[in-house]
Amino acid sequence: MLDVLRGVLAWFQDPANWSGEEGLVNRLVEHLLLTGTATLLAVLLGLPPAVWLGHLGKGGLLAVNISNIGRAVPTFAVLVVLAIGPVGSAAFGPYGRAGLATLVALVLFGLPPVITNAYVGMREVDRDTVEAARGMGMDGGQLLRRVELPLAMPLIVAGVRLAVVQIWATATIAALVAGPGLGRIITLGFRRQDVPEVWAGALVVAVFALLIERAMALAQRRLDPVGQARRATSAGRLPVGASKR
Amino acid sequence: MVLSEEAPAGESCMVRNEWVCPEYVSSRAELITEDLLQHVWITVVSVVLGLVVALALALLVRRYPKLEDGVVGTTTAIYTVPSLALFALLLPFTGLSATTVIIGLVLYSLTILVRNILAGLDGVPADVVEAARGMGYGERRLLWTVELPLALPSVMAGLRVATVSTVALTTVGAIVSAGGLGNLLLTAVNTQFKPQVFTAAVLCVLLAFTFDLVLVGAQRLMTPWTRTRGA
Repeated sequence: MLDVLRGVLAWFQDPANWSGEEGLVNRLVEHLLLTGTATLLAVLLGLPPAVWLGHLGKGGLLAVNISNIGRAVPTFAVLVVLAIGPVGSAAFGPYGRAGLATLVALVLFGLPPVITNAYVGMREVDRDTVEAARGMGMDGGQLLRRVELPLAMPLIVAGVRLAVVQIWATATIAALVAGPGLGRIITLGFRRQDVPEVWAGALVVAVFALLIERAMALAQRRLDPVGQARRATSAGRLPVGASKR
Repeated sequence: MVLSEEAPAGESCMVRNEWVCPEYVSSRAELITEDLLQHVWITVVSVVLGLVVALALALLVRRYPKLEDGVVGTTTAIYTVPSLALFALLLPFTGLSATTVIIGLVLYSLTILVRNILAGLDGVPADVVEAARGMGYGERRLLWTVELPLALPSVMAGLRVATVSTVALTTVGAIVSAGGLGNLLLTAVNTQFKPQVFTAAVLCVLLAFTFDLVLVGAQRLMTPWTRTRGA
């Protein structure tokens, strides 16, 4: 074990491991770019219909089932199907080899938590509050913008937080189809039977996953407009539709 | 080796590299079964071990409530680590083996299972516990015959989520040569062999839903009292 740790240290000290297409810097940039783009797309595509359906109170079964399906379908299988199938694995701009296939898979797996949490968040807005707002003469749009959305915000952001973590993890698996991202350092290490390299790649992936999760948790706290007062009761609220990649 | 009767050589769906290819399934039945069985046993072992460890952790937390933040926080942090990275981190300890995959999958299942067991136990009505104590139930009997059965719906809900996730995650174990159906996926990446990819992907999803159905059935059998309420 000590040998491995020494090897990992040596790996990070070798400038050759940082530069070039296969280097840490390029892989990290690819990974961050993929995660950022896919999160943005998942939010843009998933949030409006989920919020609207939640506002209307329709499509609940769909919103929940999307999560269940998203959990049962292996990310790896979808990546392979996309990469050797319709999307192909040609290089896609700064996203690298199989960039488009990876991006499609990331958005697909980012959507379920975004959709399910936004829908549940909208539906769980206290019905009495909604009635009171209607009684005060608010129309549908006002109700949505001034009552439902702010109150649903903690769960909506929790869904995005889950999505980011899942997208980051899925982007790692892209390496199994020779795709872009930090997972490639891990798979390269496996191919060379270089355990320190495997560890170095895995460490970077894991540390960034934890950092991103913490950053999103902070953002979630900041974006809760109802504020710290309710924290005591809402802190234990788990987001729905978590699935592991 | 079973040869397909209808398609002459060169005309087969395997040569044409089509997604849907019954000939592939029949001619490689042995290989597919082998990986399917590996997938099943890795999943079952991981989930069962996960349940045992999670139950132990949950009971520990109940006895020493100060540990709750630590246990829940640690399992959540592990859950945040991507599967490929976790298997890679375990490599120096357990090597290219199913053990590596199983340890990783057990660690992941803990997040969901510990939370759901604790939530289930917390949800047991206090007066039921009081009544049992009044009838002279000791701690152990109380736990196994009153509290755990009443916590079962929450535990089973967690078990279903954990099992379905585990089936999907096992595929990534292909990186340490123990990914069940994921092995078929990984070998097909280089050869671009579509029949193999499609077959493995469909079997994975079917396997997840089969496990889920079995668990739903088991839950119905174990909680007959919920049926009268139509739950």
